[in-house]
Amino acid sequence: MSNMNGKRGGLWWKLLLWLLPAAFLLIFFYQPLTAILRLAFSMRAEGGGQSFLPGLAAKTFAFTLWQAVLSTLLTLVIGLPAAYLFSHYEFAGRKFLRLIALLPFILPTVVVAVSFNSLLGPRGWLNVGLMALFGLSEPPVRLLNSLPAILLAHVFYNSSIIIRIVGGAWSRLDQKLTQAAQMLGANPWQVFWEVTFPLLLPAAAGASLLVFLFDFTSFGVVLMLGGPAFATLEVEIYTQALYLFNLPLAGLLSLIQLAFTLLVAWAHNRVSLPRYGKAALSAEKANLRPPRTKKEKVFTFVTAAVLIALLLLPLLSLVTRSLVSLEAERGERGEAQTGFTLRYYRELFRDTTGSIFYVPPAVAVRNSVLYAAAAMLIANMLGLITSYALHFSGRLARWLEPVLILPLGASAVTLGLGFVIVFRRAPWDGVSFSILIPFAHALVALPLVVRTLLPALRGIPDSLRQAASTLGAGWARVFREVDLPLLLRPLLVCMVFAFTISLGEFGASSFLSTGRNPTIPVAIYRYISQPGALNYGQALAMSTILLVVCALGSLAIEKARLPGEELF
Amino acid sequence: MLEIREIYKNYEGRPLLQGISFAVQAGETVCLLGESGSGKSTLLRIIAGLEAAESGSIWWDGEEISDMPAHKRGFGLMFQDYALFPHRTVEQNVAFGLRMLGLPRAEVEARTRAALGIIRMEDFAKRAVTELSGGEQQRVALARALAPNPRLLMLDEPLGALDHALRVQLIAELRSILHASAKPAIYVTHDREEAFGLADTLMLLHQGRIVQAGTTAQLFRQPANAWAAGFLGLGTLLSGSVVGLEPLRVKTALGVLQASACGQEWQVGGAAQLLLRPRDALVLHGMPEGENQFSACVVDCLFMGETYQSHLRANDFSFSIQTDRALAPGSDVTIAFPPERVSCLKGEL
Amino acid sequence: MTIKRWISAALLMLLLSACASQAPTAPAKEVRELTVMTHDSFAVSAELVARFEEENQAKVTFIKGGDAGAALNRLILTSLAGAPEADVFYGLDNTFLSRALDNALFEAYAAPALGRIPDAFKLDPGNRALPIDYGDVCINYDKAWFASKGLPLPQSLEDLTNPRYKGLLVVENPATSSPGLSFFLASVAAFGEAGWQEWWKALKENGVVVVSDWESAYYTNFSGSSGRGSQPLVVSYASSPAAELIYAETPLEEPPTGSIVADGTCWRQIEFAGILKGTPNRQLAEKFIDFLLSKAFQEDMPLQMFVYPVLPDAVLPADFARASAVPDRPASLDPQLIAAKRDEWVQAWTALMLK
Repeated sequence: MSNMNGKRGGLWWKLLLWLLPAAFLLIFFYQPLTAILRLAFSMRAEGGGQSFLPGLAAKTFAFTLWQAVLSTLLTLVIGLPAAYLFSHYEFAGRKFLRLIALLPFILPTVVVAVSFNSLLGPRGWLNVGLMALFGLSEPPVRLLNSLPAILLAHVFYNSSIIIRIVGGAWSRLDQKLTQAAQMLGANPWQVFWEVTFPLLLPAAAGASLLVFLFDFTSFGVVLMLGGPAFATLEVEIYTQALYLFNLPLAGLLSLIQLAFTLLVAWAHNRVSLPRYGKAALSAEKANLRPPRTKKEKVFTFVTAAVLIALLLLPLLSLVTRSLVSLEAERGERGEAQTGFTLRYYRELFRDTTGSIFYVPPAVAVRNSVLYAAAAMLIANMLGLITSYALHFSGRLARWLEPVLILPLGASAVTLGLGFVIVFRRAPWDGVSFSILIPFAHALVALPLVVRTLLPALRGIPDSLRQAASTLGAGWARVFREVDLPLLLRPLLVCMVFAFTISLGEFGASSFLSTGRNPTIPVAIYRYISQPGALNYGQALAMSTILLVVCALGSLAIEKARLPGEELF
Repeated sequence: MLEIREIYKNYEGRPLLQGISFAVQAGETVCLLGESGSGKSTLLRIIAGLEAAESGSIWWDGEEISDMPAHKRGFGLMFQDYALFPHRTVEQNVAFGLRMLGLPRAEVEARTRAALGIIRMEDFAKRAVTELSGGEQQRVALARALAPNPRLLMLDEPLGALDHALRVQLIAELRSILHASAKPAIYVTHDREEAFGLADTLMLLHQGRIVQAGTTAQLFRQPANAWAAGFLGLGTLLSGSVVGLEPLRVKTALGVLQASACGQEWQVGGAAQLLLRPRDALVLHGMPEGENQFSACVVDCLFMGETYQSHLRANDFSFSIQTDRALAPGSDVTIAFPPERVSCLKGEL
Repeated sequence: MTIKRWISAALLMLLLSACASQAPTAPAKEVRELTVMTHDSFAVSAELVARFEEENQAKVTFIKGGDAGAALNRLILTSLAGAPEADVFYGLDNTFLSRALDNALFEAYAAPALGRIPDAFKLDPGNRALPIDYGDVCINYDKAWFASKGLPLPQSLEDLTNPRYKGLLVVENPATSSPGLSFFLASVAAFGEAGWQEWWKALKENGVVVVSDWESAYYTNFSGSSGRGSQPLVVSYASSPAAELIYAETPLEEPPTGSIVADGTCWRQIEFAGILKGTPNRQLAEKFIDFLLSKAFQEDMPLQMFVYPVLPDAVLPADFARASAVPDRPASLDPQLIAAKRDEWVQAWTALMLK
């Protein structure tokens, strides 16, 4: 029992490790899920007249799959060159651009819709510019309410996953391997195909899977940027459950989504077993150098430009719009003020309506940060324990891992309703909903944490632990002295992920929030669901605050390790 | 065949290589010997085309190839930690270069088999490289580098990770393989034993420059300066200052010793280092009386198989000698170094 | 290592202090708890609620459950599952009234204030759903745009199929939006069960833009809002221009938008509240309903929620009265008819307009 390599250790020890993750999943995932599904199908049993509509189900599934595949491919097209860029080259503004690349992931869809509109809408910067340039009368770019808008938003959201995960693996790839291939006569394309690609495949496959899952379960983007002509499974579940009140169909669609998620997770496990992962990684960090040849310079420039256009411009558009008043064109007769203004930000701090639901930005920020910190701690502690449990489970891990991915594929609406049902009934009805929010967020973050920690854990050579044991270290000591330092980096990556996911989470929070303690996304949504220029401006200002909080949070976590050391 | 001209290279803003020039002929094994961090691996990478120098040029058969990309140069490189492709078997690793040449499948297979035969690892063909021991990996890396018949072979400290016995064995194997293939080869190491075992031409790299180049025997007999002598482990160095010319006399901690000028210009008062080779020491009876004689105390005496190695101390100066007979530890002996055997060298350690 | 411990400790302390600051101070007397579920647009002055809490030694918790239809369905589902979320529900509107009553969601309560409320609002004779406020879903227009083009405003639903209004109107999907559903029902009221399909088909040919929700319609597509979209006509609320006036950046004399209140083009939404069946806090719930029908609350509503009070003697704020228009003859349909046919109509509309 005193060594950590799991060969011995006893059954009860392994079971003990599984206790906490199993309890967490049972209470916060399986329980709500079964509650809502049972309700859904019982309604069919008694109600009758509510049809399963298999045609609709099949069609929705087909569309969901199609747009997810397309989105993932496009994300790879943008993300892979960007991953290469960040892991190989040093250039002006690199750190800034990398930080920006993470931000879209956490933005609530409402905010994204507004930013896209301000950039690409019928009277956004792009159209206005083109119309002025070419003297057109009609806006030439009609991007919104279409499939391209959905795809674009997905790429916007998820490029950061590819950049982070694949970029991280790429930067740790032993450069000597590619150099050896070069010396053996391989041209750059052959080097990539023969050496880099197979060694990157586990990381790339894992990242693509995550992106695919996020695109597959996409809700807000499809609803708001695609418009009513498009419906993924998630949107359909929402409509059927909450509007058309056809709960059995919603339940069926949820099951389809879950089953498919399981399938994808299982498939991924087969593909990405890192058999030779350890050997391919070098202990030293890759040296970043400035681009030298003309080809390299062009590549750097083009990739950075694309990233700026795709990621930075919408954010910039949002931020500038929150600082600029454009009211002169709306024909009021009073003194028109255009140009730079801090009015919206000031309004945020003023309680003009006296409404009980007015929340000072500081409170919303505090709520969000606290929930995020709690979710981060829960997700990481649980993730660490779960990773160890999986590590010690040997071959069984292959069956258990997909089960852990399930929460990512569960419909937020279904789960949210399930939460409400379970936690308002005995024996749980004493639990305050505020406490539930971090657990709900942790549920979404947990698969990501495990996905990052487990490979790192498997990469720790047993010889290190054995050496420590022979020097007299008990298991706790071994963990602290051997495992923890080696896991520190991936742990920090996970903490950033969990923190940012929680900050931008909107689905579960909106179900579980009580009126007076909203998170930032909920607060933003409140402003934008009312007419009025000030309300709109305040929504934008609040969104900018969210951006800043998230950026600061990410920076703080990264800097907590050795300052100046890069973190992927 | 290979010619390097005036290579300059900086590392983190400071000069690393300062004007390296040399040539390698067909069938010649050149050994580049230098301390860790002296830039030997960097030089190799520059020759390979994996790194660019600040200035200088590289020539092959009279044609400049400084700007040619690495994968077109046709040079083989064997890495310090082998850099075998972990996702390929032994066979696939060795066949890699042949495949990149675009050879037909049958020829690739035949030459792969032949390469495996040279390193005597035919049975390992289908094994994963991650399962091999250090020595086995090194042999596979060698086979992989040789299989595509490169016109120049470069080896970057390939024996570093192996134990002594294996190293000795592999040095011998390498020498026979290299001579059999008659290719020009550059071997880079910090270990003199390897260098002595393999080199046709030995080059010493120190502080960014080639301090000395020649056959092993030449370097052995006439090191260029004190550093070279120290690095090659030729003996103990005793510092002093010149007090007389014709014959050359140097004042040291052991008294005034007469030394051989080694063909260099000396001036009275100049700093000098005297090389005392262990083999050249004479143990005399009686008290010191003539030139280059002094008494020393025996610290210990070890039996080395054929000879005895003793550590002596005289006036706070420690040195070693090699004798055919044992010396009693703790006793005082009279030691003499014949003047013509004492080399007087310039430079600091 | 120590750095990580320090961070964990700091975060834990933060968490604990936050929990501590949120923990309720021990009450001197016993405090009863009341949970009220509302739709997302609910708003009320903090001091009114504080006064209520003080007078009744109560603590009120609000749960915002989505827009009108979503909140109701959520409530029904949780009640069916034996886990009712609240004691009182506010935000039921007349399009969904039947669903609430059919599912026996509420307990009857004959509030004293009912006597002063006009009968037109009392759609539930059984007093299970009590009217609290009303508003109208109308088409909003961008004044500046229409002035610059010199186009006359459409004066009826038929007008909207006129080619001169091609591509100028944005509506919301009745399946996913409460105002969208209201507008759709207005069209059914105007053209009848047999005729609304023709009219919508004509609208489709006239380039009507359909989006999923009000936020998109108003802030992305409508040219009169800060979003500066490209459609100058949007389905919104009659009171939206008042909000534009009151929440304008610089003081305006007139709102930049207006509502079309011609006969039959608007749909009246009446909002109800009810005491949920099986609540353990019946007495307190009654007090809350009385509170909702009190003059103080009814006069607070217009500026908080931009709706009209049902209490005739409630005084409207000046800006609100000035900027908000009230249609004389809004459209309406028999609630029983809505109950029976709504789902079928919506599906037919979806097939017609979105496929």
